[in-house]
Amino acid sequence: MKSAINKMGSMLSVSALVLASTATQAQDLSITMTNLSQALFFTPVISAAHEADNHLFMVGEAATPELQMMAEGGDVSGLASLLTNANANVNENPAAGLLAPGASTSYTLTNDEANTHLSVTTMILPTNDGFVGLDGWKIPTEAGTYTVFLNAYDAGTEANNELINGGGAPGVLGIPFDPGTDFGTGGTGVTDAENNTMVHIHRGSLGDDDAVAGNSDLNNTVHRWLNPVAKLTITVQ
Amino acid sequence: MFTFITKKNSRSILGKVLFTSALALTLSACSDSDNNDVPEVVAPAPTPAPAPEEFSYSVTLTNLTYAQPLSPLAVLLHGDNKMWEIGSASSLPLEVLAESGDNADLLADASVLVSASDTDVLLPGTSSSVTISTTDRMATHLTSATMLVNTNDAFSGLTGIDISTMAVDESMSWNLNVYDSGTEANDEAAGTIPGPADGGTGFDAARDDVDFVAYHSGVVSQDDGLTGSVLTQAHKFDNPAIKLTITRTK
Repeated sequence: MKSAINKMGSMLSVSALVLASTATQAQDLSITMTNLSQALFFTPVISAAHEADNHLFMVGEAATPELQMMAEGGDVSGLASLLTNANANVNENPAAGLLAPGASTSYTLTNDEANTHLSVTTMILPTNDGFVGLDGWKIPTEAGTYTVFLNAYDAGTEANNELINGGGAPGVLGIPFDPGTDFGTGGTGVTDAENNTMVHIHRGSLGDDDAVAGNSDLNNTVHRWLNPVAKLTITVQ
Repeated sequence: MFTFITKKNSRSILGKVLFTSALALTLSACSDSDNNDVPEVVAPAPTPAPAPEEFSYSVTLTNLTYAQPLSPLAVLLHGDNKMWEIGSASSLPLEVLAESGDNADLLADASVLVSASDTDVLLPGTSSSVTISTTDRMATHLTSATMLVNTNDAFSGLTGIDISTMAVDESMSWNLNVYDSGTEANDEAAGTIPGPADGGTGFDAARDDVDFVAYHSGVVSQDDGLTGSVLTQAHKFDNPAIKLTITRTK
């Protein structure tokens, strides 16, 4: 049996080499994104395979105007233009609209040889400028299925006042809307300051237990979250 | 840092390749000249059936929370299926576990081939192990679950883990997040929480929440703005809340 094990060992190395050499060509990625939350909605998702030096966002750096458009209002057109100009492979809006709580969406992304890194973003509703992010995940060269959990980030471009008032355009204070049914009205505003203007891990929403008054229009038993908020299952073929 | 990255499937595919290759090599070894001391078998005599091989696993749970006792851990072996899924409605046995901590219905679920349970509640900062054994070769997947008892319907665990390719003494370990069974609103009200923070009712058949399994948003507590909550700041938790380790021992 000992020699048999050695033989198997060399067979395995050969298989690994074959996989590694085919992986330098274009790759087909099958991606499933799952919204892990009970009550958060994701706006149209944008995913891209791009060169290693490119980023949709970076923690500790200021958001680009294009990221701000996505994080405050769910508009990914600016990010899509940036990516196209950088020769990225892009998938937009795989769920054909909102990705509801607990829902999954599946899509494929074929990445060119130079586009070795995967990034994903989508705005979280109802938040002021919260988004789900994956920043430059190195696409494995070995075929297989990989699971990546995603955190919620704050773009640092808008105070988290937690008031639902339709404010979705960049620079307009407020939450665009809550697609769910548990939101309140009549809040006075949780804060009007955004002192950390760099992209950072979102500290979470506060909410309150008063549907017609209080500081927040969010419900504190419904609209909070703990990270991670999304799961990516990525099959590299 | 919560961006856990794990790799699945390709490992188990390799495992299956290995298993198949091992069979092929073992068969061909019968006529191999390096086995000189083994006589060639011309007409195999009838042999008694060998004793069925026993598979044993030890599942160790560690409570990582500040003040959330964990209900007795349920450990289940079954075929290739999952006992819950994000976005799908909780089964009734899972609802009972998540709302009351009582795992009896889950242990008795029709899809379960072998089951075991811890004997007691597991306090914060402590660990406990459950051993489960079987000779059933169909018992290829493992599910394990426990309730965070100072909540309405929070549970943690993992489901449908392929253990069929584990070698003896091999271990797999996870830091796990908290699920909400989606079957009871998180009102944290007196009388609704079975743990020592309340001593209330556990299971209630009414489903007054979203009715699908998702990740838990955490408890709010009376100290953080929920009037009428019986929970305090002490009952808050974060992900991960438990650590699970599976070791194949036989």
